[in-house]
Amino acid sequence: MALLQLSEPGMSAAPHQHRLAVGIDLGTTNSLVATVRNGIAVCLNDAEGRAMLPSVVRYRADGGVTVGREAMQAQTVDPRNTITSVKRFMGRGLRDVAYIESTPYDFVDAPGMVRLRTVQGPKSPVEVSAEILRTLRQRAEASLGGELTGAVITVPAYFDDAQRQATKDAAGLAGLNVLRLLNEPTAAAIAYGLDNAAEGVYAVYDLGGGTFDISILRLSRGVFEVLATNGDAALGGDDFDHRLFCWSLDRARIEPPSAQDLRRLLARSREAKELLSHASEAPIVCTLGSGEEVNLKVGRDEFASITANLVKKTLAPVRKALRDAGMRAEDIKGVVMVGGATRMPHVQKAVAEFFGQEPLTNLDPDKVVALGAAKQANALAGNRSADEDWLLLDVIPLSLGLETMGGLAEKVIPRNSTIPVARAQEFTTYKDGQTAMAFHVVQGERELVSDCRSLARFELRGIPPMVAGAARIRVTFQVDADGLLSVSAREMSSGVEASVIIKPSYGLTDQEIADMLKSGFEHAGEDMGARALREQQVEARRLAEATRHALEADGELLEPSAREAIEHLLTELETTAAGSDTGAIKQATAALNRGTEDFAAARMDKSIRSALAGRNIDQLEV
Amino acid sequence: MSIDLHKDYFELFGLPRGYRIDKDALERSYLALQQQVHPDRHAHLPDAERRRALQWATRVNEGFQTLRRSLARARYLLDLAGVDAALETNTAMSPEFLMEQMEWREAVSEAHEAGDVDELEHLHRRLRTAAKTVEDELAALFDDRHDLEAAAETVRRLMFLEKLDQEIDEALAALES
Repeated sequence: MALLQLSEPGMSAAPHQHRLAVGIDLGTTNSLVATVRNGIAVCLNDAEGRAMLPSVVRYRADGGVTVGREAMQAQTVDPRNTITSVKRFMGRGLRDVAYIESTPYDFVDAPGMVRLRTVQGPKSPVEVSAEILRTLRQRAEASLGGELTGAVITVPAYFDDAQRQATKDAAGLAGLNVLRLLNEPTAAAIAYGLDNAAEGVYAVYDLGGGTFDISILRLSRGVFEVLATNGDAALGGDDFDHRLFCWSLDRARIEPPSAQDLRRLLARSREAKELLSHASEAPIVCTLGSGEEVNLKVGRDEFASITANLVKKTLAPVRKALRDAGMRAEDIKGVVMVGGATRMPHVQKAVAEFFGQEPLTNLDPDKVVALGAAKQANALAGNRSADEDWLLLDVIPLSLGLETMGGLAEKVIPRNSTIPVARAQEFTTYKDGQTAMAFHVVQGERELVSDCRSLARFELRGIPPMVAGAARIRVTFQVDADGLLSVSAREMSSGVEASVIIKPSYGLTDQEIADMLKSGFEHAGEDMGARALREQQVEARRLAEATRHALEADGELLEPSAREAIEHLLTELETTAAGSDTGAIKQATAALNRGTEDFAAARMDKSIRSALAGRNIDQLEV
Repeated sequence: MSIDLHKDYFELFGLPRGYRIDKDALERSYLALQQQVHPDRHAHLPDAERRRALQWATRVNEGFQTLRRSLARARYLLDLAGVDAALETNTAMSPEFLMEQMEWREAVSEAHEAGDVDELEHLHRRLRTAAKTVEDELAALFDDRHDLEAAAETVRRLMFLEKLDQEIDEALAALES
C-alpha cells in the first residue's frame, strides 16, 4: 500500500486545517444535521438539546417564518399555512401526489411542480425545504463557530432526477454549498459499515416518513459498492398514519372533516401508531370543531391488519433489488433497518421473515442517515485521515432513455448502473435536407413514454443539409456522482458541428430561483452581496490552497514555463481575493481553473500509474 | 509511460487481452483505479481536477462493465479486432438453434401466463447452464483457435440467450408487482 500513498488524492492537503462540513438528513417528518468531530460523527442539537427538527414550516401572517417544533404546534390552528411532509411534493406535479385530498393545503398547479398558496403567497416546495435547510445551517454554524465549507444532503435512493435537482436547488437557496447528494440507504450503510467494520453483502431497508428504499450493497475492504437499489418514492410512515386516520373516520362514523379536524385526527393517528410500537393498544381521542367527540381504541393486531398491504408493498421492490443484484435472500449477511417507520413491530417481523434473520437494530434508525452523511461530508471536504480510506460506489435507481418512434422509450442507461456513467447513442436524419432534430429525455422502467417521467425536451439545430440517413447525430447521456443527468447532442459526420447540452428541469426557471434566492436572504436578514463575496473568497482560497499543494506534490510534472504560468495566475488570484470585488475574484478563480487543466490531467495519469503499480504489488504479495 | 483516456480496457486494467479473464484481478484493478480517480476523492480539489476525475471514473466504470460481462467482453474483443459482426442486422441462424429458441420462448410465456414463479426460476437456471456452454465455446474460439468469424456467430447466439434472460426477468418482475 505504500506506493498508493505517493499522491493519495482524497487526503487532507494540510492536516492542521479542518474544514467545516456537515451531513444533512432532509426527512419527510424530521430533519437532522451531523458533523465529524475528532473523528467521530455526532448529531448537532438545537438550544434545547434536541437533534431532530420536525420538517414543518409555518408562514405567518406577520411575514415571519417558523420552522420545527413551534411550527408543528401551530398546525391545528393554522393548517393551511403550516406545511408538513413537504418532501412528498418535491419535484412533483399535482397529479403525482398521493392522498392530495387529505392534505389541508391550497395547491396551485404549476408546470413541473406544485405550489402551495400561503398567507405569504404561493410557495414552491423548494422554498419550503430551503427554510428547513437554512434552520439546520444556522444551527450548525452556531454550533461549529464558523461558515460551512459544504454539506452532503441525503435523498431517497429512489428519487428521480427532478426530485434530486429540486433538493439541490433548495440547498442553494438555503446558502449551502452541496458537496454531494447522497442516497439515504447508502449513508446508513456507511455509518453502519464503518462502525462495525462489516464485510459482505448487506441489505438496507429504509422506510421513512414518506419514502421507501431498499439497497443491496457489497462491503469489502473499505469499498461500499451498491449492487442494486429499488423502492417507492411515495410510500412511508405517513401512509400508515393515513390508513389509521381513515379507519378512525370510518369507526367514528364522521363526515370528511374540516382542515383543522383533519390535522387533529391525523396527529392523533400518528401518536397511536407510535404508541403501538411499545403497547398492545392505543387510544385515539379528540374533540372535533363541531364539539363532537372521537373516542376510539386500536389494538396492535388490528393496526397490523389494516396496514398489512402497505408492508407487503415494500417487499416487491426488495425482490426486484435482489434480482438486479443477482442475489438471493439467503446471500444477505445482515439487514440494516433505517427510518422511524421501521420501529413498527409488524414491519420488523415481515422483514425478518423475508430474509430469514432478525434485522440489525443496534443503531438509531432516526440518526444513522445523518451520521453517514456527516462521514461522507468530512471525506469530501478533504478532512479524511489516513485510516479513513474508504470509497463509495453508488448507482442510478431508474433507467434513463429517449423517446423513439411510436411513443416508445428506449433505454440509454439502464437502472443500477454505477455512477458516474456516460453512454452514447447514434441517430440519423430521416428526411433529405433535414437541419433540426427533436429529442425527448425520459426516466423510468416502463415501455411507453407516457408511463415514464419526462425529464427534458430539446432540439439540435444547425445540422448541415444532407441526404436522409447521412447525418450522424451522437446523443450522450452523462450522469455525475450526484446522480444528476446532463445530455448533449452533436452532429459528427460533417466538419460543421452543431451541439447542445441540456440539464433536465422540473418547472422552476433560473430567474425564479434567482428571485427566490434574493427574497430568501432578505427574509433571513442576511446580506446577499456580503455572503456572495465571502463564498467567492472561500472558493478562491480553497482553490489557491489546493493548487499550491498540487505544485508541491507534483510540480516536477510541469515544464518550468508552465509552472511559472500557473504561479502567476495563483498570485493574481490571491491578490484579487484579498479585495472585495466579487466579480474579479470569480474571474481570477476561473482563470486559474482553466490554467491548470493540463496539470490536472498529468496528475491524474500519475495517480493511475501508481494505482496499477499498487495492484501489481498486491498481486505479488498474494 | 503515459496513460490516456482512450487506452483499451484490458491495458487500463492491466490484464492480458482475451476472452478468459481473471475476475478477481479485474475487480482488484477496478477498485484500485476507482480509489484513485473517483470524483469523491477529488471533491475538494480544483474544477479542472474534478472534471478530469469525472471523465476517468466514467471510463473506468464503462471498462469494468464491459470486461465483467461475457457478452459485452466478447463484443468488445470483436470490436478491438475490427470484426464487423453485424450483430444487429444478421439474424441468420441455424434452423435447430431457432427451433430451440422458439421452444424457450413458449415455455417462458406459458409460465408467465400461468403465473408460475417456480417454473420461471427453473427456466432461469436452465438458461444459465445453456449460456455457460456457449461461453465455454467462445473462450475456445477466441483464446485457443483465434477464429473470429466463428466467434462472431457464437456471439450472436449468446445475444439471443441474453434476450431470453431479460424476458424471464421481466416476466418475474411483472408477476411480483
